[in-house]
Amino acid sequence: MSNSSTSDLLKPFKLKTKQQELLIRVSILCLVYILAFITRLFSVLRYESMIHEFDPYFNYRTTLYLTQHGFYDFWNWFDYESWYPLGRIVGGTLYPGLMVTAALIYRLLHFLRFAVHIREVCVLTAPFFASNTTLVAYFFGKEIWDSGAGLVAAILIAVCPGYISRSVAGSYDNEGVAIFALLFTFYLFVKAVNTGSLAWGLASAFGYFYMVSAWGGYVFIINLIPLYVLVLLITGRYSMRLYVAYNCMYILGMLLAMQIRFVGFQHVQSGEHMAAMGVFFLMQVFYFLDWVKHMLSDTKLFQEFLRITVTCAVAVGGIALGVGMASGYISPWTGRFYSLLDPTYAKDHIPIIASVSEHQPTAWSSFMFDFHILLFLFPAGLYFCFKRLSDATIFIVMYGLTSMYFAGVMVRLILVATPAVCLISAIAVSATVKNLTVLLRSKNKVAQIGSSKGTSSAKASSKASLDQSQPFQKNGAMALLFGAFYLLSRYATHCTWVTSEAYSSPSIVLAARGAHGNRVIFDDYREAYFWLWQNTPPDAKVMSWWDYGYQITAMGNRTVIVDNNTWNNTHIATVGRAMSSYEDEAYEIIRSLDVDYVLVVFGGVTGYSSDDINKFLWMVRIGGGVFPVIKEPDYLVNGEYRVDKGAAPKMLNCLMYKLSYYRFGEMMTEYGKPPGYDRARGVEIGNKDIKLEHLEEAFTTSNWIVRIYKVKPPNNRW
Amino acid sequence: MGKFWVIFVASISILLPFLCNSFSPETPTDRRVLVLLDDFAVKSSHSSYFNSLKLLGFDLDFKLADDPKIALQRYGQYLYDALILFCPSAERFGGSVDVAAIINFVDSGHDLIIAADVNASDLIREVATECGVDFDEDPSAMVIDHTGYAVSETEGDHTLIASDDFIKSDVIIGSKKIEAPVLFQGIGHSLNPVNSLVLKVLSASPSAYSANPLSKLSTPPSLTGSAISLVSVVQARNNARILITGSLSMFSNRFFRSGVQKSGSSTKYEKSGNEQFLTELSKWIFHERGHLKAVNVKHHKVGETDEPALYRINDELEYLVEIYEWSGTSWEPYVTDDVQVQFYMMSPYVLKTLSNDKKGLYSVSFRVPDVYGVFQFKVEYQKLGYTSLSLSKQIPVRPYRHNEYERFIPTAYPYYGAAFSTVRLLHSPFKLLLYDPDSKNKWQDSSSFLLFIYITSKVWHV
Repeated sequence: MSNSSTSDLLKPFKLKTKQQELLIRVSILCLVYILAFITRLFSVLRYESMIHEFDPYFNYRTTLYLTQHGFYDFWNWFDYESWYPLGRIVGGTLYPGLMVTAALIYRLLHFLRFAVHIREVCVLTAPFFASNTTLVAYFFGKEIWDSGAGLVAAILIAVCPGYISRSVAGSYDNEGVAIFALLFTFYLFVKAVNTGSLAWGLASAFGYFYMVSAWGGYVFIINLIPLYVLVLLITGRYSMRLYVAYNCMYILGMLLAMQIRFVGFQHVQSGEHMAAMGVFFLMQVFYFLDWVKHMLSDTKLFQEFLRITVTCAVAVGGIALGVGMASGYISPWTGRFYSLLDPTYAKDHIPIIASVSEHQPTAWSSFMFDFHILLFLFPAGLYFCFKRLSDATIFIVMYGLTSMYFAGVMVRLILVATPAVCLISAIAVSATVKNLTVLLRSKNKVAQIGSSKGTSSAKASSKASLDQSQPFQKNGAMALLFGAFYLLSRYATHCTWVTSEAYSSPSIVLAARGAHGNRVIFDDYREAYFWLWQNTPPDAKVMSWWDYGYQITAMGNRTVIVDNNTWNNTHIATVGRAMSSYEDEAYEIIRSLDVDYVLVVFGGVTGYSSDDINKFLWMVRIGGGVFPVIKEPDYLVNGEYRVDKGAAPKMLNCLMYKLSYYRFGEMMTEYGKPPGYDRARGVEIGNKDIKLEHLEEAFTTSNWIVRIYKVKPPNNRW
Repeated sequence: MGKFWVIFVASISILLPFLCNSFSPETPTDRRVLVLLDDFAVKSSHSSYFNSLKLLGFDLDFKLADDPKIALQRYGQYLYDALILFCPSAERFGGSVDVAAIINFVDSGHDLIIAADVNASDLIREVATECGVDFDEDPSAMVIDHTGYAVSETEGDHTLIASDDFIKSDVIIGSKKIEAPVLFQGIGHSLNPVNSLVLKVLSASPSAYSANPLSKLSTPPSLTGSAISLVSVVQARNNARILITGSLSMFSNRFFRSGVQKSGSSTKYEKSGNEQFLTELSKWIFHERGHLKAVNVKHHKVGETDEPALYRINDELEYLVEIYEWSGTSWEPYVTDDVQVQFYMMSPYVLKTLSNDKKGLYSVSFRVPDVYGVFQFKVEYQKLGYTSLSLSKQIPVRPYRHNEYERFIPTAYPYYGAAFSTVRLLHSPFKLLLYDPDSKNKWQDSSSFLLFIYITSKVWHV
């Protein structure tokens, strides 16, 4: 400013730097966008373009229905092929966001004359949204820190295994879209709080609506945001901006969320949503008090008024809640919510939740596996956030801390924590690298323009003087910078390795290494479902454990008794009881459910460990939870679960054991082992002479992974 | 070539009536009956019975039990509709026939008559056991009754029994009352308690017991009283019918013609009841009587005729079924008032008795319950002596669609009123805030209000 000629000279150059910076930023973002997409394509390259796992098959089936029959039929769809004979109102019991999104993309592509199959759209929806998430992460990072942190956050989240685990190509599940919606809603809300703009508040309400339509995890948003607002109120950061942002987001978001049939009136009737409502009323009280304070000049009088008002407000709120709870208008917290707050709750009360492996408490190793260096950068980032406390950083700190707690409670919630961890770590990385580069560059600058600095930057001068006191500063900074880059490159390597090794398996097609290091593919599931589709009558009912329900209806197109939408515990318990009873008793249950085929998954030949025998104790527990005739100790020997000669007699003769090991006793599975050697359990089975009376083997896949039995009609002459 | 065709077509047209003249769901009466005998003497000694069957139109084919040429089926087709085993002492059958073949014969819907006798072979016992009855294990045991015996010239060992303890079913033993007792001499059997399908047609009296009449009774007899069955029938789940008796001589000309006087009774009948009883029973066994068929199962909404793919809750529907009974020559309408239909999902939600129009058409109309799910129309008609009708038809019931609910509910009128009054009330402060007195365009102001009302009413789906 002092020297106008130099500034005039530098002006075009300066502009150019900004343009360059913009160019670099945009190109980095583009590359990250592409990287996030292609790193999720391992599974397509390794296997094929197919839907993975269990739930995605239901989503795929419903999306197919949506594209074929239109939205209204989808909305009113009563599916009588699942939960026989109860049926399921699909339109009213799902979050339609994912299906509608995929169908819209499909329509758009067809409008643009790309004749793609809906399956391809479904397979690539999750990677596409992961790419979009990186953009949101960039803007979010920019909002809470600076654009550098935003860029780092975008890169970190693009490859973070915690997120990739749920968003690889083919993982067509709600979470794939929902994490985008979650982060987007948070971003818009923080933006609204920062600007106090009604428009951003409205945008965040719509973001929330999309999240509600996509995933049940929206409960996290509707509890975290009030908590955040409450913290701001308590710390004296109440502002008009906050008032506008929260009220707009809450009221509109609530009204919009009610349009989702599955959610309905929960926002005003369920205990899980009451915190948001309480904070909403608290905001009004604050606003009112502010106004009164403005009107009253006497501070003492105001203090008195404040006390009375707050007491009354709290009392009225408490009474309203109490009356609501007592009259049953407000439903109490659900078991799922309890199990989040108290990790031991599900184990004792809801075996059906505890039986799912992704609902188990997280092991340290999986944190390390999913976050790698982010685990160490996270506390550092928290430190930086606390150092520069603002409304935005308070939000990200709260998001990070609460989601980390939930990630510790349930494995699958690592997913929710991932964006927060990435953002906070990005702050740490960005701030550190920036400080270090500033150190490196400031020294040069000091050397160059030491005389001309004048009054422009007192800070730089103080730093420069500090620098001179430490002679190895530059080298140290260099070393630290290299260290940081080394760590980040390790992170990139780790992420790629994890993605390719652990998270790109479709789990419907299994791969193993053969004796000569070659890859062996077990495609037994699809073989079995194809068999069902081709060889059974169209109205045949198939009984299996609920894990396989969605796949049977989607791929085999046959009616199932129970499926992965575990809405009716009694029905599942009935199936569990049938599986854990003797054949005669099971036959009665099977007949009463009009079952034609029974399907079991067996890994004894291939050594596939997540088969029905290993899940069997859960069937016993869930069955026993409703029908006390099934007792867990009957299946154990001294508290030990075994299938060999020392197994409990009931275990050796229950239906599941018989169906799994039928004809297995005569089979040689491994060289040097006796016939009937179970490779998944590593033991020789205890009951090799299995006779079936009411069922007969109908089909066993080539590797024995899926075994299908036909239920015989009752004896003709008896 | 053409010549061959003519011959082929001609031979087919000649053979066709014969080929069709067999058991089928359309004409359920048996036609071709294979009779297996121990020796051909039985053919003449039991000729009355065989003749009565022939008169009824049955085509009997007599073979020795150990004839190596006998076969029940050829190329997967059964050659006979029914089998009569009058070979109590056959140790093994000739040809490819064995116990499993006979059981398969029954399980594929064919009928069977077994007559055992004292010293019945293990083979016959095994067939009987498969059908749910157990003959007395002592091979020389006979049914002895010291009070219910048939009086004869010589005071015998009371093994010739006159029994009139018939099953109470006109369908099985005919509507004409059997006046004279039936003569029985042979081995007794008991019903397997596990088997729910076997029925006692002719029961021994409470004073009967089963023992060897020649030896002294040292241990209590294993079979006593009315637990002993003299003649039993089984109607299998596929409606195959089986007759089992422990006396071959029941069917003999001698028993058919002989007079009978039951001990302790003064009435003496000129002719025993055997002929009437066994002929009528054979008619039943060979599906001349008591064979029902249900056809044209239909259901539709009241007022419509097309069968829908699924119903909605609270729909009014009509269920129709036609039931006919085989009279031996034609299908006659079956008229009764105890046919019930269930609307069933794990348990019957609706249980209604069908009304009939005396011409075989049964119908009922009812309202679908207010429960959605996959229901079944179930008719489980099991009546003594008749073939069982088990009809089930799956039909899903869906809940209301989003636009099938009532638009206006009377009880909600206060809420509608509240909504509109809120709109009106909110409008006033808006007017105060937004109303510009200098505005030239008064029309715009009122039109904005109308627009507001319009949008609100759209939102409320009014």
